[in-house]
Amino acid sequence: MANKIKNLSDLRKIKESCADLTSTRTTDNKTIVIGMGTCGIAAGAREIMNEVINELQKRGISDVAVQTTGCIGMCQREPLLDVIIPGKERITYGNVSKEDVQRIIAEHVVNGRIVQDLAIGRAD
Amino acid sequence: MPIYRSHVLVCGGTGCASSGSNEVMDTFKEEISSLGLEEEVLVVPTGCHGMCEMGPIVVVYPEGTFYCRVTPEDVKEIAEEHLYKGRVVERLLYQAEEAPSIPNYKEIPFYGKQERVALSNCGYINPDNIEEYIARDGYAGLAKVLTEMKPEDVIEEIKTSGLRGRGGGGFPTGLKWSFCARAQGDLKYIICNADEGDPGAFMDRSILEGDPHTVLEGMLIGAYAMGASEGYIYCRAEYPLAIKRLKNAIKQAEEYGLMGEDIMGSGFSLHLHVKEGAGAFVCGEETALMASIEGRRGMPRPRPPFPANKGLWDKPTNINNVETWANVPHIIRRGGSWFASMGTEKSKGTKVFALTGKVNHTGLVEVPMGITLREIVFDIGGGILNGKKFKAVQIGGPSGGCLTEEHLDLPVSYESLAEVGAIMGSGGLVVMDEDNCMIDVAKFFLEFTQKESCGKCSPCREGTKQMLLLLNKISDGNGTMEDLQTLEDLARMVKDMSLCGLGQTAPNPILTTLRYFRDEYVAHIKDKKCFAGVCTKLVSYTIDPEKCKKCGLCAKNCPVNCISGDRQTPYFIDQEACIKCGNCYEKCPFGAIDKE
Repeated sequence: MANKIKNLSDLRKIKESCADLTSTRTTDNKTIVIGMGTCGIAAGAREIMNEVINELQKRGISDVAVQTTGCIGMCQREPLLDVIIPGKERITYGNVSKEDVQRIIAEHVVNGRIVQDLAIGRAD
Repeated sequence: MPIYRSHVLVCGGTGCASSGSNEVMDTFKEEISSLGLEEEVLVVPTGCHGMCEMGPIVVVYPEGTFYCRVTPEDVKEIAEEHLYKGRVVERLLYQAEEAPSIPNYKEIPFYGKQERVALSNCGYINPDNIEEYIARDGYAGLAKVLTEMKPEDVIEEIKTSGLRGRGGGGFPTGLKWSFCARAQGDLKYIICNADEGDPGAFMDRSILEGDPHTVLEGMLIGAYAMGASEGYIYCRAEYPLAIKRLKNAIKQAEEYGLMGEDIMGSGFSLHLHVKEGAGAFVCGEETALMASIEGRRGMPRPRPPFPANKGLWDKPTNINNVETWANVPHIIRRGGSWFASMGTEKSKGTKVFALTGKVNHTGLVEVPMGITLREIVFDIGGGILNGKKFKAVQIGGPSGGCLTEEHLDLPVSYESLAEVGAIMGSGGLVVMDEDNCMIDVAKFFLEFTQKESCGKCSPCREGTKQMLLLLNKISDGNGTMEDLQTLEDLARMVKDMSLCGLGQTAPNPILTTLRYFRDEYVAHIKDKKCFAGVCTKLVSYTIDPEKCKKCGLCAKNCPVNCISGDRQTPYFIDQEACIKCGNCYEKCPFGAIDKE
């Protein structure tokens, strides 16, 4: 049984708590792309992706889309993780570890500062 | 609440469900759990995406990848390749004519010129989950009117928006509401007309199936504005899925305190009931609809008194169509002037059309008023099937009219369509090519209205019958020029004298075809010719002995064995026995059969 909505703020509360339900379904969000080719998976990309999702959830971030992609040819640098912020350059991070995920999300995704020592490439 | 990195939206509208989307959805759930992705990927059933001929449709977010005609066998590949490895399955993408394949929802030309208001949530949210509707600003319009607006302000806002009845009549909605608001009575009713009966029309069904809460919210806002406390949704029984989703939506809204007594603590109450229609087309007419709700035979009555003063059980009542109600929450949320910024001078906002017939992309489209028919048929609809020549478009269903190539650049609005003899109607758009015979088209719609005439008034009961007999006579090649005059006189008489909208509009297909395709009628009468080769009695098939290669395929495919011949003698059709089915014509590999 759901809680009855008795006033405007009740409705707003439900709206906020439900925001995550459909936020994945927009295509103009900030995006984190994880390389999930065979090479990526072998290098532990799945754990990296789970860590990304955990970290986003821990921080209550719902406007970041998590995508996967196939092999882009830099297999030696897997796991690869790209951060796309609309209007900015696409930044690729290589040899990403679980600890790196926290830094990338905290510094780049949230605060917009590229993590220079981990970045290996940029594209428009 | 867990975050899912990816959402797989599977269309669960009637169109896609009939092409197997339920199995596709079940298979997705199985595959996702066998890959161990159930905590990362969410499978969501949605309403109609509009592109029904490409169904079952699956959209994968966050990428927005649009997969067409997905079968349960394809699911494993999408799950393993796309969901697990992030590789788009190219072969299931939408194939455009010029471009190789288009992965993204937004880039498909079908959606390019559309402006989705009433359909904005259709295909985007799970219609069985009120929380997804709330997450998309749902019920914010209701909250706004209950907390900030007086009933008369609401009516003013609707008047500002310029919204007009989307069921076909085009009566200004704000004005209609003000009549009911002014009427005196201890009890007032509001009704949602969901008795969508036009052949080929499925706008209302898709809205009810894809986003039932938007209709409920519209009705709540209307009930508050007019002071109504009871409401009915009159939905035809042929829409079982729409009825199921509506009932579920009402139940959820009641659980959340958004429906029933003392809504959101404001003291305003509304109880909604779903009434299933029994299949009579005439019950889409408001007075017949109310008679049907009251448990009487569904027949119209003369107006006045209008429902606003004496409606359901003689109480003040307001009836609006599904699409009209669905526009209301958006107008309240975004303001009447926002809505009025779309469309033409007198026809504001958008209109949903069901695009069917000989067009490449059949389906549901929502376009701003004032768009041209050419844009709808060619840009959105992708042109005529098999590259044939456009002949006519029938707009407004059995009450509408046939328009020709010269009307293609006509901006679509209530006024412009009425000027040329058609009506906006509820939004059916049937496209016809050179293979359609206009007499046959008129016959089709008249057969429908003749069957559905309730029989109460003689002009409609007798007139439609006589008009149909005349049309049959002409298509059989027995018509005279005098019949043509009689047909036209009769059509005008039925239009002027019938009691309700059914009879008043039933002659429209005849009147418009007579107006724009008179030469075709004359050809049927004088030359006994049907150019399109549809009227079977006027068609004859003959085999050209020069071209005949004596293969015998025609004789093998003739259902009445009227073709004779063998390896030595060319084949020959016995005209007396031929039933003109056209099988031989289609099967002949050498084009040796002539059709006249």
